Amino acid sequence: MSEVRPATLAAGLPRVGEYFGKILPTLRWPVLFAGSETEGSLAAWFYRLDSWAWLLFETANMAALATLMGAGAALLLAFPAARNLGAGMLARQLARRGLEAMRTVPEIVFALILVWAFGVGPLAGILAIALHTAGTLGKLFAEAIENAGTGAWDGVRAAGGSWAQACRFAVLPQVAPNLLSYALLRFEINLRAASVIGFVGGGGIGEELYTVIAQNYYEEISAIVLLILLCVAAIDLLSERLRHRLIGAPR
Amino acid sequence: MLELRGLTRRFGTVVAVDAVSLAVPAGQMLGIIGRSGAGKSTLLRLVNRLVEPSAGQVLHDGVDVTALHGRALRGWRRDCAMVFQQFNLVQRLDVLTNALLGRLAYQHGLRRARVLLTGGFPAAERARALAMLNRFGLLAVALQRAETLSGGQQQRVALCRALLQAPRLILADEPIASLDPANARLVMQALREANRAEGISVLVNLHHLETARAYCDRIVAMQAGRVVFDGAPSELDAARLRAIYGLTEAELAAEAEAAAARPAMA
Repeated sequence: MSEVRPATLAAGLPRVGEYFGKILPTLRWPVLFAGSETEGSLAAWFYRLDSWAWLLFETANMAALATLMGAGAALLLAFPAARNLGAGMLARQLARRGLEAMRTVPEIVFALILVWAFGVGPLAGILAIALHTAGTLGKLFAEAIENAGTGAWDGVRAAGGSWAQACRFAVLPQVAPNLLSYALLRFEINLRAASVIGFVGGGGIGEELYTVIAQNYYEEISAIVLLILLCVAAIDLLSERLRHRLIGAPR
Repeated sequence: MLELRGLTRRFGTVVAVDAVSLAVPAGQMLGIIGRSGAGKSTLLRLVNRLVEPSAGQVLHDGVDVTALHGRALRGWRRDCAMVFQQFNLVQRLDVLTNALLGRLAYQHGLRRARVLLTGGFPAAERARALAMLNRFGLLAVALQRAETLSGGQQQRVALCRALLQAPRLILADEPIASLDPANARLVMQALREANRAEGISVLVNLHHLETARAYCDRIVAMQAGRVVFDGAPSELDAARLRAIYGLTEAELAAEAEAAAARPAMA
């Protein structure tokens, strides 16, 4: 805390603005829609749109795959982790502590370890995000399960159903819309995470962003950030619609 | 023959079921009456081990049910089907699958794994369940979600689930307390029919003495976890009732009505 000095803050703040000023493109109205060869046109600003779009697509793929894998693992761990289903003490402790460990370690740390293990590329990024996703979603899933009523559970158990069968038939159908909604929300978050994870060699648009930041290609920074923003906003809108339809489904 | 020996269950300092000893011969229809909180529900849940006893034993044909674990316990639960006051269906599953849940314990090996993974049952089982639903006039709603059904329909689905277990014993916990008179009669008649035609023993908790008299071979009255009367319906006359509860039958019924109107935690 002692490092925070008002004087430093006052001196540094204008420089933040200065940076933003630097990365903004110099657009000129008369040639705004000219070809990419013309200085000051939109096409020149986004002169590498084709490769960026591809990288962005790769990032979205990473996020989707990581969300899928993470949600799958979370689903398996959430049932033993839920307090109300009477899983064995050992299984519950293992599941709960495991989920805690997975969500406490930041994605970027997982990514650093995994890049060292699997090499630079999307695989490390996907696994890192999937691990963190499993931790956070697992806790949310377990809480959703704990809020489900016990009536159906008793019904299946009293009919001679096993613990796994009761999870599958009594609990899963009741909580499925909730779980899907959580997973979709996580997909949005993971898209942001996948953009950043490229900084440490996790592949996707993040790697490109890191390169242009490191080499001070100012206009390209703003172009890429703008693209990521648009992409996140689009998925935000889409998944919000989907989630509302899931939760408020007409019966 | 089902035998309870000194069956006791304590919840903290409250003794819900207090040293109950009963012998129920196979094929008997036994009505259990008592005010709410008398321990009727806990007694039934002790029999199929949804609640573990604090002391005492449950024996069925000489087998100590209270000592069963794992697969053997599931086998016992399959053999003694349970019908609940609140039906305990899976609300978001369709009626057919709800009925098929009574067949879960019959799926073994690879088929069991497939049922678990896909959630779908083999064709023969579905046909069997549909025949049962048809018997209870539920064929038309077989593919609807359980939550779209009325209480009476839901209890009939629960009965289908119970009968599909091919049980030797049915435990019915206030099965008609949440139903209108017509559905109540239908459910009681179905229990009676299962008892008469298939020789299934039935233990049914009731709060109307009148219903117990109409359908049961034998009546057990409970008060504060203890059995205070055990005999033929004809023996439980007004004088006997007053001696046990200090109430007339009408007063007892009115009290039970009021208790049933509240969301049940009997």
